[in-house]
Amino acid sequence: MHIAIIGNGIAGVTAARFIRKLSNHDITLISTETEYFFSRTALMYVYMGHMRFVDTQPYEPWFWKKNRINLKQAFIDKIDAPNKQLKTRNGETITYDKLIIACGSKSNKFGWPGQDLEGVRGLYSYQDLEYMEAHSEGLKRAIIVGGGLIGIEMAEMFHSRHIPVTFLVRENSYWSMVLPTEESNIVNRHIREHGFDLKLETELKEIVDDGNGRAVAVVTNKGERIECGYVGLTAGVSPNIGFLEGSGIETKRGILVDQNLQTNIPDVYAIGDCAELRNPPAGRRPIEAVWYVGRMMGETVAHNVCGQKVDYAPGFWFNSAKFLDIEYQVYGDVQAKAPEHHKSLYWEHPDGKKSIRMVYDKNNDQILGFNLMGVRYRHEVCDKWLKEKASIETVLQNLGLANFDPEFYDEYENAVVALYNQQSGKNLQLKQKRGLTAALRFLRDKIAL
Amino acid sequence: MGFIKYIGLGLFIIALSIFTLSLGLDHYQLTAENISADTDYHREAILEAAKGNGMLDKEYATNFAFIADFKKTLLSAQETLDRQAQANIPEGVDEWNFRLGEWKFKDYTLLTTKHSSTGPVADHPFLFWLLTIGLGILGGLLFILPDLQNIPGIKNNRIYHHTMTRGLKLGWRGVFLVTVIVGLLSYGVFYMGKSLFYPALTLLVVGLITGLVFFYERSINNTPARSAGPENWTAWLGIFTGIYLIGFYLLLYWAPEYITSWIVLSDPLSYLLNGGEASRWFVYGMLYTVIVLTMGLRMLVKYRHNMYQVVRTTSVMFFQTAFAFLIPEILIRLNQPYFDFKNIWPLDYDFFFKNELNILIDNGGIGIFMLVWGILLIIVGVPLFTYFFGKRWYCSWVCGCGGLAETLGDPYRQLSDKSLRAWKFERWIIHGVLVFAVVMTILVLYTYFTGSYTVLGFNSDTVRTWYGFIIGSAFAGVVGTGFYPLMGNRVWCRFGCPLAAYLGLVQRFKSRFRITTNGGQCISCGNCSTYCEMGIDVRHYAQRGQDVVRSSCVGCGICAAVCPRGVLRLENSSEDVDSRTEQIRTIMISEDEVRLLS
Repeated sequence: MHIAIIGNGIAGVTAARFIRKLSNHDITLISTETEYFFSRTALMYVYMGHMRFVDTQPYEPWFWKKNRINLKQAFIDKIDAPNKQLKTRNGETITYDKLIIACGSKSNKFGWPGQDLEGVRGLYSYQDLEYMEAHSEGLKRAIIVGGGLIGIEMAEMFHSRHIPVTFLVRENSYWSMVLPTEESNIVNRHIREHGFDLKLETELKEIVDDGNGRAVAVVTNKGERIECGYVGLTAGVSPNIGFLEGSGIETKRGILVDQNLQTNIPDVYAIGDCAELRNPPAGRRPIEAVWYVGRMMGETVAHNVCGQKVDYAPGFWFNSAKFLDIEYQVYGDVQAKAPEHHKSLYWEHPDGKKSIRMVYDKNNDQILGFNLMGVRYRHEVCDKWLKEKASIETVLQNLGLANFDPEFYDEYENAVVALYNQQSGKNLQLKQKRGLTAALRFLRDKIAL
Repeated sequence: MGFIKYIGLGLFIIALSIFTLSLGLDHYQLTAENISADTDYHREAILEAAKGNGMLDKEYATNFAFIADFKKTLLSAQETLDRQAQANIPEGVDEWNFRLGEWKFKDYTLLTTKHSSTGPVADHPFLFWLLTIGLGILGGLLFILPDLQNIPGIKNNRIYHHTMTRGLKLGWRGVFLVTVIVGLLSYGVFYMGKSLFYPALTLLVVGLITGLVFFYERSINNTPARSAGPENWTAWLGIFTGIYLIGFYLLLYWAPEYITSWIVLSDPLSYLLNGGEASRWFVYGMLYTVIVLTMGLRMLVKYRHNMYQVVRTTSVMFFQTAFAFLIPEILIRLNQPYFDFKNIWPLDYDFFFKNELNILIDNGGIGIFMLVWGILLIIVGVPLFTYFFGKRWYCSWVCGCGGLAETLGDPYRQLSDKSLRAWKFERWIIHGVLVFAVVMTILVLYTYFTGSYTVLGFNSDTVRTWYGFIIGSAFAGVVGTGFYPLMGNRVWCRFGCPLAAYLGLVQRFKSRFRITTNGGQCISCGNCSTYCEMGIDVRHYAQRGQDVVRSSCVGCGICAAVCPRGVLRLENSSEDVDSRTEQIRTIMISEDEVRLLS
């Protein structure tokens, strides 16, 4: 059987790897972006000079041949589903038995005047990085449009080359549709501490042409004109599915898939950024364009194409990021605009760069989520608490189990417990300090809390 | 603040230039007083020879000319003594000592050249110490301290853009490797008294290991391997630095008579510490300590947000300064044996040499204590501490080689080769060195206890000389440090150190230590692997959610520090010593439900 995979990002590559573990099927991994799989989230480090591009490639070049995963550099123009054929831009035809579409996203453009000028670009692909590199020489100022994860990465990238950055954020605080107010404020302060010109509640109105097709300035919704040599469009991404038109594959915002990640057409699957779940699991969104989802979907789809029906079950939400020098981790359900029954215990370090938030159900004290800035928590321990519906008080008394900060770091569990006591009038004691042995015992059900 | 950094850099370059040029500043004049020899009859013979060939009181502008003539003088003195030996030998002196053997030439030349120097450095040694070491420290501080103004955090910006730290293309690395291996083995032929046997045997082993890696381990199939070179141009400043360091070690080990100015300018500090004049080893220890302290400060500034790095760096700075430098010097001042209490066999390869054992045994209580201490470290300290904390307790907290690698070497840590092939080379080479060290020590101890030098056709004395040359000096020193800018800062620790191999075996098979990976949070970015000085592909483990248990891991903690997503943690637990690596956490789908290909 021949399985074709469109896209060699984390979703497609994970699918290919697991298909190889499960079967001896022929696998073709098709992409035009780069010869080998690389970590998209690491592109920023190449620009900043932390790593070479080859360092972003998780597998050595010989890996693919050794695992009999055929790499095909081709751009797919058209899918002929009835005949199970792919048409490449060079006029080649690739025949498949099963097809996995993992073609990823593209940067959003909202019809701004001048959005297609020279020096205006998003940051998603390797080509975007090359474009940014080619335009960095002699750059006097860059404007970043959109206060999300890619926006702050791009700002950090320019900053590393001493290129001044103006950061336009539509909302009244950085990433405030995802981060609760306090955490969002931590990032606002940190962005300004680094000397970026952060303009909140400011939208892009138009990008000004210098007369030769190059961006020379932007005009904001407040009428301000800011001179610049580059405009980074980082107002989110959306599924890159234009080439599917007329293929008969059903799409909405993304490619619609069922719980086995199959599209409306048998033997055609979609995973990763481009997939849209018809019936997302409780608490999850239909499209989740993050690394981890791509990886989990890749593993799930591999089982399904290899004849072992498995539902996509991503478990509790988790994610992570780094805002300049501040790390961020989230486990479970933490919302910017918390629903009525959510209650938060929020502790912030006096230095204003670290915080711990625990969200729980105020009706039954059940833990719902963890949101961490500048502090590391153990994924599995948090996940187990969420699975077991542990109460906030159980979690607090054993909080050391979750601490994943390096040795010799200050431990804040006592401060968090004290804060809870202060707010609730209770007198809880921290029973469990940081340490691997206790965490392992907990995870192996050797200690009951 | 950039301005102050540039001033600091400028001062450092001036200091380094004066340091280098100081070797050519002095003049040399042999007088009757400054002929340095162990005995009166040698001194007498050398003096007569110098009078005879007109060297005495003649002023030489360069040490090259002086040393060339002095070697002739020594040969002529040797002839005289050989002639006298046939006629009359002074009472109580045996003929072996009476004749001026070639092995004395090195010492006599070094000391006599040093004592014969006149001129600015010899007249003002402390001034030159200030202008070189002192100014270098000042420049370093001015370069390092302004970084305190930056916001703390991981700052590896532009490392791969910089011509000092971006690494060498494969071709250049090849040139250095081949030149250094061939050069050292060729010199080894002369070092071993024009004997081809050991250099040829070593070359054979090099070839054998290459064959094993490529064909027995089938590394040839793993092609193309992950590149270890930069993307465009090679690090020219890195090449220059590598050559300078290699040159320094070559002179220090095998041509110290040409660096007497450095020894002279260290005299005042030496008198202060141990009460005697400086030797080349004093110069080396002093430079080593100054560099570990200054570059350690750089490390403290760079990682001031990370307490693990702060504590660990303070530890290596302390052990270098106190244990490797000050305590041994003070012991000498107190007429006790020179002893580094943190050096452990087989890194300390001469611990069981006859002369070393005799020094300890002849020194009564303290000597015996040192002997027992050293043996306890080997048989109890290493396994016990490594069981509890992993090999990091030594390699990145205590060891001097590790201390230099973690301070001076930090800017080059990303240059280690991460290919699977490099790992295969590493395992054969480092365990090969461990076997060599053990066999050599067994032979030496056999000789110590039986008095017989020949074992199975090998002369234990020759074997130990070759080990000292090819491993002790060439590998650990010339390659170990000289290759920092060429192949990363842990070339010796990763490929060569027999103690690291021993610690690594304990760490791999029986230790509470591992690097835990945090569930499914890895984004495969590669920062951990890039900044692993031991060339471990940390990401391979992190992205599959498997704890990292590798014999080579020195526990420096930088992978955990540079990880942008909080995925890695160095930790210890006795809960699962024998199953540390079994769990793979990012597998989503329970493996009971599905069938995996074997």
